[in-house]
This record gives sequence, C-alpha cells and structure tokens, in this order.
Amino acid sequence: MVRSHVLVCGGTGCTSSNSLKIIEALEKEINKQGLTDEVKVVQTGCFGLCALGPVMIVYPEGCFYSMVKVEDIPEIVSEHLLKGRIVTRLLYDETVGKDEIKSLNETDFYKKQVRVALRNCGVIDPESIEEYIAYDGYMALAKCLTEYTPEQVIKIVSDSGLRGRGGGGFPTGRKWALTAPNKAPQKYVVCNADEGDPGAFMDRSVLEGDPHAIIEAMAIAGYAIGATKGFVYVRAEYPIAVKRLQIAIDKAREYGLLGKNILGSGFDFDMEIRLGAGAFVCGEETALMTSIEGNRGEPRPRPPYPAVKGLFGMPTVENNVETLANIPQIILRGPEWFSSMGTEKSKGTKVFALGGKIKHTGLVEIPMGTTLREVVEEIGGGIPGGKKFKAAQTGGPSGGCIPAELFDTKIDYDNLTEIGCMMGSGGLIVMDEDTCMVDIAKFFLEFTVDESCGKCTPCRVGTKRLLEKLEKITSGNGTMQDIDELEELCNFIKENSLCGLGQTAPNPVLSTLRFFRDEYISHVKDKKCPAGVCKSLMSYVIIADKCKGCTACVRVCPVGAISGSVKQPHVIDDSKCIKCGACMEKCKFGAIVKQ
Amino acid sequence: MKTLAELEAIRDKAREKMNIRNNNSEAIRVVVGMATCGIAAGARPVLNAFAEEVAKRRLENVVVNQTGCIGMCQFEPIVEVLVPGHEKVTYAKVTPDKVARIVVDHIVNGNPVMEYTIGHIMK
Ligand SMILES: Cc1cc2nc3c(=O)[nH]c(=O)nc-3n(C[C@H](O)[C@H](O)[C@H](O)COP(=O)(O)O)c2cc1C
Ligand code: SF4
Ligand code: FES
Repeated sequence: MVRSHVLVCGGTGCTSSNSLKIIEALEKEINKQGLTDEVKVVQTGCFGLCALGPVMIVYPEGCFYSMVKVEDIPEIVSEHLLKGRIVTRLLYDETVGKDEIKSLNETDFYKKQVRVALRNCGVIDPESIEEYIAYDGYMALAKCLTEYTPEQVIKIVSDSGLRGRGGGGFPTGRKWALTAPNKAPQKYVVCNADEGDPGAFMDRSVLEGDPHAIIEAMAIAGYAIGATKGFVYVRAEYPIAVKRLQIAIDKAREYGLLGKNILGSGFDFDMEIRLGAGAFVCGEETALMTSIEGNRGEPRPRPPYPAVKGLFGMPTVENNVETLANIPQIILRGPEWFSSMGTEKSKGTKVFALGGKIKHTGLVEIPMGTTLREVVEEIGGGIPGGKKFKAAQTGGPSGGCIPAELFDTKIDYDNLTEIGCMMGSGGLIVMDEDTCMVDIAKFFLEFTVDESCGKCTPCRVGTKRLLEKLEKITSGNGTMQDIDELEELCNFIKENSLCGLGQTAPNPVLSTLRFFRDEYISHVKDKKCPAGVCKSLMSYVIIADKCKGCTACVRVCPVGAISGSVKQPHVIDDSKCIKCGACMEKCKFGAIVKQ
Repeated sequence: MKTLAELEAIRDKAREKMNIRNNNSEAIRVVVGMATCGIAAGARPVLNAFAEEVAKRRLENVVVNQTGCIGMCQFEPIVEVLVPGHEKVTYAKVTPDKVARIVVDHIVNGNPVMEYTIGHIMK
C-alpha cells in the first residue's frame, strides 16, 4: 500500500544538477529498505526554484528538500521515509518556522504567485496521463465537445480577456474568431514552442511539466476553429520537452483523446511535433510556418494573415505554449474567473523566467499588475551581495529596460509598452549597479545581428551599423554625433524592416538611451564607463599607500603587466594589462582598484 | 475511451491515488511512532494497515504519517489520532488487527476506542 509520494524535479535545471542520479539512488535505497510497496517516486517538471536544485518534495508531510545530493539519499530514506523523522538540514530554510515546517506555498517565493499555466508543473508526473486526468485533465475538452458549440468556445475565450503570451499580446479569442469562419478543405492549429529569447525557459517548462495541457488546448482550439490537424514547433535543443510531449501524444491517442471521433462527438483531431533548428527568426509566426512546410525559415509579408492563408496556404491559428496552457482552465473555471485576475486590459497571470542578479533565479507566475518591486524583492528574494537594483530587462532582444525609478511599475502589457519596454515572452533579467547599460544594448544587438535572416536590408545592414556604433562608443572612440545617429538609425530600422525581428531589434538601444543617456554620454565625453565594465574605458591601478609589496599580484598576472620590487609599492603597465581583474581578486590589502 | 462517463471514471480512480499529495491542514491525521523502538515492536505493519484501511474506505480527508520516538517505548507501537478541533487520542500497543476498528469507530464515526488508548492500557 503506497503511503508516501516523493516528487523529484526532472526539469531541465534540476536534471543538469543531477536529479536523475538522485531518482536512481532513491529507488535503489527504497528497494534496499524494503519500502518499494510503500513509497512511490515520481518525476515531475520544474518547481520554479531552479536555483535551489535539485529539489524534491515528500508527501504526505509536504517537506521540501533542496540542493539534495546523491549522498543524502540513504539518510532521507532511512530517517524520513522509514521512521518519519524529517531531515531538517536539507529543508529549504524558508520553510523552517519556529516550531513547525511551513508549506511551500507560504514561502516568499510562492506566496504571491498564482499558478494557472504552471499549475501542474512540479505537481504531477508529466509522463502519466492518469495523473493529468486526476486533476481534471481533458475535462475541458470533454466539456467543449459535449456542452458547447464552437462559437460558444470562442466566446468564452474572448470574454476571458486572454491575450497572446508569445510577445505580441493579441487577443486570443479574436484570433480564433477571425479564423473560424474561413472556409477551406483543411485548417490547422500550430503551437509555437520555439522560445528563442536568450534566458527564457517558460515554454520549455510547461512542455516538460504538463505536456497534456498543450495537447488538450490544441484540440479545443481545433474544435473552435474547425481544424483537425495540429503541429507543435519546438526547438531541437529541448530534448526533454520533446520526449515528454511525444509520450503524451502517444498516450492521448491510446486513450482516444486524439484521433477520430473523440469522446464519441464526431470531432477528429490529431497532431505532430516538428523540430526547429533554433533560429530566433523561426519563432516569428510566418517564418515558423514556412519552416514547417519544409522551406528555409524566412518571414513572409503579412497580409495575408495566417487566419486567412497560413500553414500550407490554409487558415491557421498559431498560439504560444503559455497562451494555450491557460485555455483548459478558462473553459473549466469560466471566463469571469480568469478576468477577475489582472488589470483592466491585461487579464490573468504571466510566467516569467527570472535571471541575472537575483537570489531566486527560476520560474514564477504572477497575476498581471504585480509590481516589478514585488517580483524582484519579495518573490525573487532580492539582489545578492547587498548590491543596488539598477534596472530589469524584459522582452529579450525585442524589449527594453525598466530603470530603478520605475521599480513600482505594475507589470502588464500597456504599462510596459508605455515606458518603451514590452512584455515579451517572459524573460526577466535583473541588473545591479555593476551592469553597464551600453554594454547590455550591445549584447542584445550582437544577438540580433547573428539572428537576422538577411531577407531585408534595413534589418540585415542596419543592425550591423548599430552594433558598430555601439562598439565605437564602448571602446571610447564615440562622439556625440554618434549618439544622435544611433537614435536616427534605430527609428529607420523600426519603420522599414519586414518582420518583427527587425522592427523590434532597436528597442534595447532606444530604451537604454531613454533612461540611461548619461551613461552613453560618459562613455563619449569623459571616456569613462561608470559601471567599470567596458574594458577599453577603465584601468586597474595600485594605490601606493595600501600596497605592501607582497608580489602576489605579480605572480597572478597572466601577461606580466605588473612590476615592482619586494616590499615596495608596485605598478601596473596599462599598455600591457588585458583587464582580466585577476590581480584585484588576489590582493589581500585592497590595494588594487578599477578606475 | 468513447464517453465522458469513462473519462470521469478514470479521473476518480486516478484521484484516489493522488490523495497523499493533498497537503491540507484540515485533515484528520494518524501518526504512527516509527523510531527504532516502534519498528522493533511491529509499527511497520500497523502503519501499512492504516494506509490500506484509509484507502479502502476512500477517506479523502485522512493523512497517515510516521513520526519518531514518542518517548514511551514500552507502549509501542503507539499511534496518535488527531482530529482537528478535538483532543489528541493516543493508542498504545496497537496491532494490525486493531486498525480496522480504530478507523471505523474513531475516524469515521467519531468515537475513540477507549479500551485501546494508552490511558486505559496503563491502568
Ligand atoms: C523575431 C520574432 C521571434 C518570435 N519568437 C517567438 C517565440 O519564440 N515564441 C512565441 O510564442 N512567439 C514568438 N514570436 C511571436 C509570434 O510571431 C506570434 O506572435 C505568437 O507566437 C502568437 O501566439 P500568441 O498570440 O499566443 O502569443 C516571435 C516574433 C518575432 C517577430
Ligand atoms: S526584419 Fe530581419 S529577420 Fe525579419 S525578414 Fe528582415 S532581415 Fe529577416
Ligand atoms: S528545474 Fe527543478 S526547480 Fe526548475
């Protein structure tokens, strides 16, 4: 008789910190202690607290163990699973109260989160269709097929106020309504799981942790618009997601939840996975469809829109993974429930991948309208090392930054757009005082220059010119005229590029220019990088008063740029120095500083 | 699967197996002492008997747990039953054949089995 479940995270984060080995060790030890019939080990998707991985949760107590090592397993099994004595040293410290163990939901990380798209991630075994069904999985599809007409389904989705989570924020109900009436021999539903933003892993986590939700949502979309065929376009770099999704599709077919005459309703729907090679531009909807058709993934002009002429020239609905993950819940709990969360024009929740200078890097889902401050300071646990918050970047290479003075901005589509930022797909990178904003703009431009497909000139050539100007500025050769020209060129690229990649590529530059223009000016006029990041604009120097002449720096410098005799102050030859910082790290007396 | 009823049947069956993961504080808790002393006195079969009985009767609101040594080793296996809003009841020298009665009388019907309680046995 099973009396305990051990849920071990099998998300990509924890897998890379060895959670599969932990599962193996657990099973072995449980077997050794004769507990095989009493304890069940379940591999789940991401819990969200990836920074603390590998993580596991033990039921019925609900104990959350973090940073578990293979060596800890015998103790967990013999103490906790056999004798019921919780291994306190492995508990996540925020769950340890005075006299009791708090549930994970009471910790700062989870307290303000509302999990809709992520509701099953870290909760069920994504490879088990029964566990999905246990929590009302496929009930939304059944409800649509037995109780609602396609028009009613579209109305529910429209009334919920759900907008696309892939970046554009287009109302999902309206997209479906535009596609449904178009007559054609075949229509399609396409799920966009390309997720190209550097640092983003929201969609991957949903596919890894709850793949059936996407299958169910695509079938619902198919019913609503009259499509019988679906494709999920996912990048080949997501092997765990691809594997679990394939298992889920096979299981759904076996159960008759995909295929002909689903639940005796007469509705047919089936789907397949298409692997992408990981080009950023293939996430753009028209390029994605071109790629599924077997051609080079280049965007095509719109109109015609996919609703009229999409995949293989047929009417197509294309939605993002997270958008779809909301659909079954909206059907089951009603549009009013969904629209009760969020702000006036942005309903529901949004998943963010927290990264950069923040304590709890990981995955969070918050109601729209939560402030950036709440996300960074409360949920994210603040910035490590007592550093100051400088800005947050959202929307990846298409987005912009939110500076410290706008820390209390309520996160929703319109507020972010208003400050020249964008929601994007959910990457949220936190930057502290040691970050150079010109350098950040350069980082994203390097990315877009690499990823531009080259089809149109403003993007192909324009982004390259932008990058050259940024390099000129960060190397200390920029002029004030360069700053003005930078702005002009940005606006030109925005207006004249063919697809969203080019149209949004200048955003990181425009946004940093808007909020951190003085930093650009310092680079140009004072030839200084205020954050001390741009190597050409800073030097390492030894403060003679503090130097004891211990020679530790001389030995550590890889290029022999430091000279001086023992017990005498040393000096660094700036023309030889490669700005690696090794000497500063080594100096015990704090005698070496960046200038 | 061809009908909604079949889907519902699969759901209800699958949900029973997931009950263990309902971490709710309102639940009735059965806590079995499982330190070395308890195990030596035969606590493991008792723990399993509780888990089985609770599952068999589909008692969704009951959690079966172990705990360490309660400190009265000569009375092991010791089992505590905690019903929210009521005094804790401690049973001593529990054996698997006593489990069904504790579950039915106490947990289902709300009448502690006085003759199995530690107070009664110590007399
Ligand atoms: C360059 C570029 C890359 C994009 N990458 C993605 C992506 O990785 N995933 C995604 O869902 N949408 C991406 N989009 C947005 C899609 O074109 C499309 O708007 C979206 O998938 C529609 O789904 P939604 O309405 O559910 O958001 C990208 C757009 C552009 C211009
Ligand atoms: S804007 Fe850039 S990515 Fe888009 S079509 Fe033009 S060259 Fe290609
Ligand atoms: S991958 Fe394990 S918590 Fe995110």
